[in-house]
Amino acid sequence: MLLKQPAIAGTLESSDVQVTITPQDGGVKVEVDSTVKAQYGRHIEECVRETLGNLNIDNALVKVVDQGALECTIKARVECAAFRSAQVEDNYPWGGAIK
Amino acid sequence: MSNERRLKRLRRTMMFLSAQRPGLIKDAYIYGADSLMIDLEDAVAENQKDSARFSLYNALKTVDYRGTEVIVRINALDTPHWQEDIRVVVAGGADGLRIAKCETKQDVFTIVEAIEKAEEEFGREPGSTLIMAALESPLAILNAYEICTACPERMIGVAISGGDYRKTMGTKYYPDGYEIFAGRANMLVAARAAGVQCFDTVFTNLDDEEGFRKEVQLIKEMGFDGKSLISPRQIAIVHEIFAPTEKEIRDAEKIVRAWRENEAKGVGVFTVDGKMIDIAFIPGAERVIEMAKASGIYEGDL
Repeated sequence: MLLKQPAIAGTLESSDVQVTITPQDGGVKVEVDSTVKAQYGRHIEECVRETLGNLNIDNALVKVVDQGALECTIKARVECAAFRSAQVEDNYPWGGAIK
Repeated sequence: MSNERRLKRLRRTMMFLSAQRPGLIKDAYIYGADSLMIDLEDAVAENQKDSARFSLYNALKTVDYRGTEVIVRINALDTPHWQEDIRVVVAGGADGLRIAKCETKQDVFTIVEAIEKAEEEFGREPGSTLIMAALESPLAILNAYEICTACPERMIGVAISGGDYRKTMGTKYYPDGYEIFAGRANMLVAARAAGVQCFDTVFTNLDDEEGFRKEVQLIKEMGFDGKSLISPRQIAIVHEIFAPTEKEIRDAEKIVRAWRENEAKGVGVFTVDGKMIDIAFIPGAERVIEMAKASGIYEGDL
């Protein structure tokens, strides 16, 4: 999927996560800021990378501000930010690239 | 569960939750509502409709709701959102969806057509996505019977939506309920005539427990199946008021037992405690026992 513009999804509420995606060459770079970074920082990054992989996104800068979100929430916010960045607004591939 | 059983399941309490709020939808089943109503409509800001769908899809795919029914309220037909809402509801495998602002049987047909397409697209069993309709205007109330009978294999029932109904009737909330009585009563008659369930609107003042109890008592007496709720605090109160009394349970047991004995002997009409009983009384008696079981107060062996 081709990213076109910077996009953001999610909030700074408890149990949520705010994800900012910016198109950028040179592979995927993930920056994690989390209340539970010491324990879950790597896990969060893996979840972000896996979600982007499913969406065939190979180049992006992803900033994650986590407030203790569950994995399914992280995945949802990354997907939302990615589709916003790609300017896709309907006919989402539910059950396909969105696993 | 067969579709027939799914359509008729107990729905005393249907609790609204915003699909946008991950903290809410991940463990909502612990509150013990009969159904969860995950909202893509009014509880979600216009510029977050997409975000709510991703959140909903991932919750449906990963959260185990332990048998609690999950219904999704989709955006109305006069918005640009409802088609994508239907795709995500069906793809995620929710039990059903609630049609907001349903006014005619044509509205039901339009929704069902989109559901059929989505069931095919996502490989779900045809007919597995149930529907219910929210009636929010005088026209919707006048068309209630046609709406209730528009799709018998999917239709759970109808719910009146007080906020918009009162607005379109040119009135507002009053504690005695007269302002919405015609809407409730007409919808209920239509639902019963069609053999589908019937649900009351939300009660929004969480500080007025007495007013809430009064309203729940009223709709129970009228014959409603349940009520839409906005807070977990309201669940136990509805279950308590809907729970049958000890005497009602004893009478129901007697009727069901006597029916079974007499049926085996080939007798169709008999008396219990001096009252004539025939097959017409059996569904009501069984419902009382089912309600007692659901309320956790049944100690018999039927």
